[in-house]
Amino acid sequence: MDEVLRLRGITKRFPGVLANDRVDLGLLRGEIHAVLGENGAGKSTLMKIVAGMLEPDEGRIELDGRPVRFSSPRDAIAAGIGMVYQHFMLIPVFTVAENVVLGAEPGRGLRFDRREAEREVRELAERYHMEVDPAARVADLSVGLQQRVEILKTFYRKARILILDEPTAALTPQEARELFQVMRNLAGQGISILFISHKLDEVLEVADRITVMRHGRTVATLRPAETSEQELANLMVGRAVQLTSVRPPVERGPAVLEVADLTVQREDGRPAVQGVGFAIHAGEVFGIAGVEGNGQAELVEAIAGLRPAAAGRIRFLGRDVTAWDARRRALAGIAYVPEDRVGTGLVMGFTLAENLALKRYFLPPLARRGWIDRRALWSEAKGRLEAYDVRPPEPGLAARALSGGNQQKVILARELGSDPELLVAYQPTRGLDVGAIEFVHGQILRLRGEGKAILLVSLELDEVLELSDTVAVMHRGRLAAVFPAGEADRERVGLYMTGGRERAQEEEGAGR
Amino acid sequence: MRGATGRWRAALIPLLAVLLSLLIGAVVMLASGYNPLPAYAALFVGAFGTPFNIATTLAHSVPLMLTGLGVAVAFRSGLFNIGAEGQFWVGSIATTWVGYAVGGLPPALHVALALLAGAVAGALWGALVPGLLKAYTGAHEVITTMMMTYVAIQLSHFLLEGGPMQAPGYTPVSPDIRPSAFLPLLVPRTQLSAGLFIALGAAVIAWLILERTTLGYRMRAVGFNARAAAYAGIDVAATTVLALGLSGAFAGVAGAVEVLGVNHRLYDSFTAGYGFTAIVVALLAKNDPWATLGAALLFGALSTGASYMQLSAGVPSQLVDVVQGIIIFFIAADAIIAWLLRRSRNRKEVAA
Ligand SMILES: Nc1ncnc2c1ncn2[C@@H]1O[C@H](COP(=O)(O)OP(=O)(O)OP(=O)(O)O)[C@@H](O)[C@H]1O
Ligand SMILES: [Mg+2]
Repeated sequence: MDEVLRLRGITKRFPGVLANDRVDLGLLRGEIHAVLGENGAGKSTLMKIVAGMLEPDEGRIELDGRPVRFSSPRDAIAAGIGMVYQHFMLIPVFTVAENVVLGAEPGRGLRFDRREAEREVRELAERYHMEVDPAARVADLSVGLQQRVEILKTFYRKARILILDEPTAALTPQEARELFQVMRNLAGQGISILFISHKLDEVLEVADRITVMRHGRTVATLRPAETSEQELANLMVGRAVQLTSVRPPVERGPAVLEVADLTVQREDGRPAVQGVGFAIHAGEVFGIAGVEGNGQAELVEAIAGLRPAAAGRIRFLGRDVTAWDARRRALAGIAYVPEDRVGTGLVMGFTLAENLALKRYFLPPLARRGWIDRRALWSEAKGRLEAYDVRPPEPGLAARALSGGNQQKVILARELGSDPELLVAYQPTRGLDVGAIEFVHGQILRLRGEGKAILLVSLELDEVLELSDTVAVMHRGRLAAVFPAGEADRERVGLYMTGGRERAQEEEGAGR
Repeated sequence: MRGATGRWRAALIPLLAVLLSLLIGAVVMLASGYNPLPAYAALFVGAFGTPFNIATTLAHSVPLMLTGLGVAVAFRSGLFNIGAEGQFWVGSIATTWVGYAVGGLPPALHVALALLAGAVAGALWGALVPGLLKAYTGAHEVITTMMMTYVAIQLSHFLLEGGPMQAPGYTPVSPDIRPSAFLPLLVPRTQLSAGLFIALGAAVIAWLILERTTLGYRMRAVGFNARAAAYAGIDVAATTVLALGLSGAFAGVAGAVEVLGVNHRLYDSFTAGYGFTAIVVALLAKNDPWATLGAALLFGALSTGASYMQLSAGVPSQLVDVVQGIIIFFIAADAIIAWLLRRSRNRKEVAA
């Protein structure tokens, strides 16, 4: 097979950081090439360089053996390189076809030929086996389909090389499997794919070759058949990593959170959570599994005080907190790791120190009588950043200068570090590398061991099963099932997740 | 909290914009048959050539500094206050009234009271209607602050043209304020008053509030990302009202200083559109309080130097307006685009 892309000695520096250090990498025609590495290893930076978003300080990019220079994404697109970022750049009110052709519209002069656009997009979708309705509004599509639109956008611009930055981080397992099918089809048609992932199992499943990065360098390029999850993890982190955590037995205490008959509405007034009730006790991890969009996000927002309860009660440590606002609940000891780290969890323009103080900036010792004590802010931040291994641990750095995983670690440092009585965590390990996941799981179990309560929402079924003492499944705004840890296994939980509740009950009934 | 190098880098784009504008201005002069070199020399001499000229330049800068700070403070909170002009007007009105109607006070107290009146009037004009509307109905502040500017201008017409604040006689002008409310002149026979120190002090206050207080923290958090601010338990609505109020207070003080230090009375439409130039000043300064002082000085110098340029080099002073216009264009294009980008990026940062 011939090499379509070759990177030679790519080096990129940011103030105080060597993000890419003489990186060499080759991409073959029709190859699916995974890039693995710790948070901050320089993966996104490297991809942005290939896609023309960033210019390297040193090194060369060769396309089909010829050196090229990109000074903007436009140049890279013209050369046949398309990138899909983790956060989509779609216009929600436009249709699929409109989004795909945007900036390269068919039609003469100022007239936009919608018919022609839809026809072209339909053809494109058929050619690459990516079913999507060109006339649908993007806002109405699932995350997985929106991602497809992003991919189609690159092909409409004649991409031969596709770059995907953590494409599965926001997908359900089912959507991820569909994406892999699409990727294989594309590779079969000669498209080359570079993709970043933190999920070792999926990398082993779908990639032809795997390149591991550490501290800005490439440390190895391997074939899946020659390696294992454990070896990849060790290569990434540079030490032996424990891929699964053990849950020591803990004595369960009194109820910390009691939710009764809770109903929560979406923005449009339709119910997202309907009459949900459960209790979480001290020393208990209560895991909620489920397919995204079944009310989990609204449920945790209601518990954190960011969304009103339309009906029902929330009690925390025996007190009715249903009417409390978010600040009051946070100060009372409810920590909350939100779903959307860049839009909600962090203020990107703030420094890390300011972000770590987000919920307590007005309290001593961080502030006195309305004046912020910057030295206190700073020194507290320094300690937190080091404890949570945020890289670089610079309190004065703007949050936007951190890699995706390190931004997530800042949120975790703030929320887990506040010594909460109840931790509400939505996908706390999304975007984290295996080493960081090991650490966060350890912290969750530490809180559990200290008699705190944890509400863990995750789309990763394995994560829920591994950490939870109680596993609940959410489906269409209701708790479809609640199992003690011992009785929850992949098959049973998976069945309830997809709404196979009636079926599941029938089968169990028949088995008896 | 930016490092020194980051600061310089951030200053680079505005400096380039200014240089580029001067260059294009030179081309325009050449094209219309003037030699740009002596013209710019005259512009510079006119602005900074003599102590008198320097004082005049500074005097012209003071209202721009204060209104510019007002606009910058709002911008930092994510709010586009284009109504500094109106807040300037109501500040002038309130200050003038306190200046002539309140008597028997020692000078220091009288000045302080008059300034306070200007600040409060500007704050209410910014906070009360635009702030409350924005916070509780979502009405966009660009519209409401602009509307309030027209209201302010009409209000002053009403008050002065046969209204309750007209001085005896037929000219639409208020009575003179009492000498006890005058701001002392720093340089005799110029318009440079102690208002300069008020402007410098205002910059210190703006910086302290933004960077050192919990209020500033809230304002900046809301400005960067209102969703994250709400998540953190910050009352976004209240912060919006406070930020527009603070912004209006600075503009109101600008009007007060103009009355107490320069005009000593309220004329019918006596302003040179400071509130609008202030937007450009703030954008050029990237909403940094210190840089706002510098940007205001630049525009003060341009307007002061322009008349001298016309006299000594024969270049019409309108050409300076052209240069100003080009600066505005470059700055506004860059800054507005950057601001919009940041706003939308808050929602979907490409950082993963
Ligand atoms: N705009 C920037 N300014 C300063 N430093 C940056 C910037 N972008 C990235 N960095 C730094 O470069 C390094 C590499 O970042 P990069 O985003 O490439 O990491 P990554 O491998 O994609 O990590 P993750 O898995 O967490 O997404 C990090 O140390 C990061 O802090
Ligand atoms: Mg990344």
